[in-house]
Amino acid sequence: MKKDPDAILNSTEFKALVARQWSVSAVLSIIMLGVYFGFILVLAFDKGLLGGMITPGLSVGIPIGLFVILLAWGLTGVYVYWANDKFDSAVNAIRQSLRRD
Amino acid sequence: MDQFTTTIGQPNITSILFFFVFITGTLFITYFAAKKSKTTADFYAAGGGISGFQNGLALAGDYMSAASFLGIAGLVSLKGYDGLIYSIGFLVGWPIIMFLIAEPLRNLGKYTFADVVAYRLSQKPVRIAASIGSLMTVCFYLIAQMVGSGALIHMVFGLPYELAIVLVGAVMICYVLFGGMLATTWVQIIKACLLLTGATALVIMVMAKFNYNPVELFAAAQAKYGDKVLAPGGLVSNPWDAISLGLALMFGTAGLPHILMRFYTVPDAKAARKSVFVATGFIGFFYILTFIIGFGAMVLVGQDVISGMDKGGNMAALLLAEVTGGTVFLGFIAAVAFATILAVVAGLTLAGATTLSHDLYVNVFRGGKANEQEEVRVAKIATLCLGVLAVVLGLVFKGQNVAFMVGLAFAIAASANFPALLLSIMWRRFSTMGAVFSIVTGTTLAVVLIVISPTVWVSVLHNPTAIFPLKNPALISMTGAFLAGWFGSIIKRDERAESLYPEQKVRNYLGVSVE
Repeated sequence: MKKDPDAILNSTEFKALVARQWSVSAVLSIIMLGVYFGFILVLAFDKGLLGGMITPGLSVGIPIGLFVILLAWGLTGVYVYWANDKFDSAVNAIRQSLRRD
Repeated sequence: MDQFTTTIGQPNITSILFFFVFITGTLFITYFAAKKSKTTADFYAAGGGISGFQNGLALAGDYMSAASFLGIAGLVSLKGYDGLIYSIGFLVGWPIIMFLIAEPLRNLGKYTFADVVAYRLSQKPVRIAASIGSLMTVCFYLIAQMVGSGALIHMVFGLPYELAIVLVGAVMICYVLFGGMLATTWVQIIKACLLLTGATALVIMVMAKFNYNPVELFAAAQAKYGDKVLAPGGLVSNPWDAISLGLALMFGTAGLPHILMRFYTVPDAKAARKSVFVATGFIGFFYILTFIIGFGAMVLVGQDVISGMDKGGNMAALLLAEVTGGTVFLGFIAAVAFATILAVVAGLTLAGATTLSHDLYVNVFRGGKANEQEEVRVAKIATLCLGVLAVVLGLVFKGQNVAFMVGLAFAIAASANFPALLLSIMWRRFSTMGAVFSIVTGTTLAVVLIVISPTVWVSVLHNPTAIFPLKNPALISMTGAFLAGWFGSIIKRDERAESLYPEQKVRNYLGVSVE
């Protein structure tokens, strides 16, 4: 394929693709970073909060820790679901149009 | 619960039996893999023929070391909740790999992450710098694993430390040398399945004693050792320390060479993404299991017995296996731990050998002009050298406190490898000088700061106070690496690299070359 990369870079479709990929990545990364560092900072500043008991045998920290683990997995799931469907079809559409020209 | 006498340390028939089955089986696989491993693509990336699910298991296998199985279960058994904080830190790097670097890594690289960093920059200086970051990460991780494995095998099987190290080294060299990435991948997959099965079985046996209700288990721990085991303790006290460790764990995972090179073993980007999802799920599940195993050991074995056997609590999971399932089950879990060690060191050695042959020999020494056979031969020589080096380092560091080296490996990965990778992908102006500055600064800061930190200066070298206050240097070394990358790019621009950026960006997103 012989094509001017600058032309592709400036095309509306490519710009939209980059913007969409970047916003999905950025939002998911910010959620993960925010939740994790939020968790760490709560631990550092207010131990009592996570150490409080819900019932005997269950402190507040245990379900929250479990939630962070499940969230990490869930967010990767969201990304795969989006990328393997929407993102890849947009990529394929651009590739097709490049081949046609 | 009464004190019990353990058989750990005496030869265990089940364990030896399982162990031989594992070794025979994996060497058999290596034999078949060797027939299929001819080209560089075979040796480094299993010819790209691993499926997404398989690669996900292999990634999990690479990441779930014996240190995280025995170490975190032990930490939980002695400190309770704090162990979970560690596990979470080790997990949250995975989504970051997926969101920020999975696509470019896959689309721009061939075998190593240095392929991506050097994509549009001057090959030689960038490859040399990236190799330093890679090799330092691999070596420190390898030392920690080797020393840990020698001590573990000595304690569990009663074998002499030196013999254990040589045995691990010899088997691991066989896998990598003859079977390349294909054999290594299957060893990882088998190990991951064994480890997940073993840990799940252990959890079921524990839960059976508590009506399959985790809260009952935690309540028993609380009744025995007080509320403190269910609450965060001393692990995270200084917020700066906590943030620094968090950064190292999170971005270090995204800079581990043996993890990053697994992205090239699958046929396409879809499979690469799927494998991260699978790996994150299994690793998260595994950390939940280790949390329950830790509490099970705390209640059913008792903290006195655990810390009496090993101060760090490393024997907690094995003691628990013996209490719940007798010597047969102990034998199985011990063999699983051994398999775990072998697989992890094999993965590390392959990553190191790939850096030596693909990045240093071919792209620096031969200026990118080496044929397939020559490159495979060099990769095999590099494997042999690294394997022998791992054994020697394991012997040299016998009895030393090397626990900090895992933290150091993560700090270097987060400071030397990750910033250069991210900047080369995202920033048009990033220049050769910037890349070299960034990697060198990140590596140097990580190593120097950890030496003068409480982790080494006080705990290992026994000085009264540390010069640098944080236990993990990532907060400073990673920031320093980004600043150095910016500074180097500002003082010496790289016009060729800037002009190649559009092409790189198109390929980064579309996965095809346009020029």
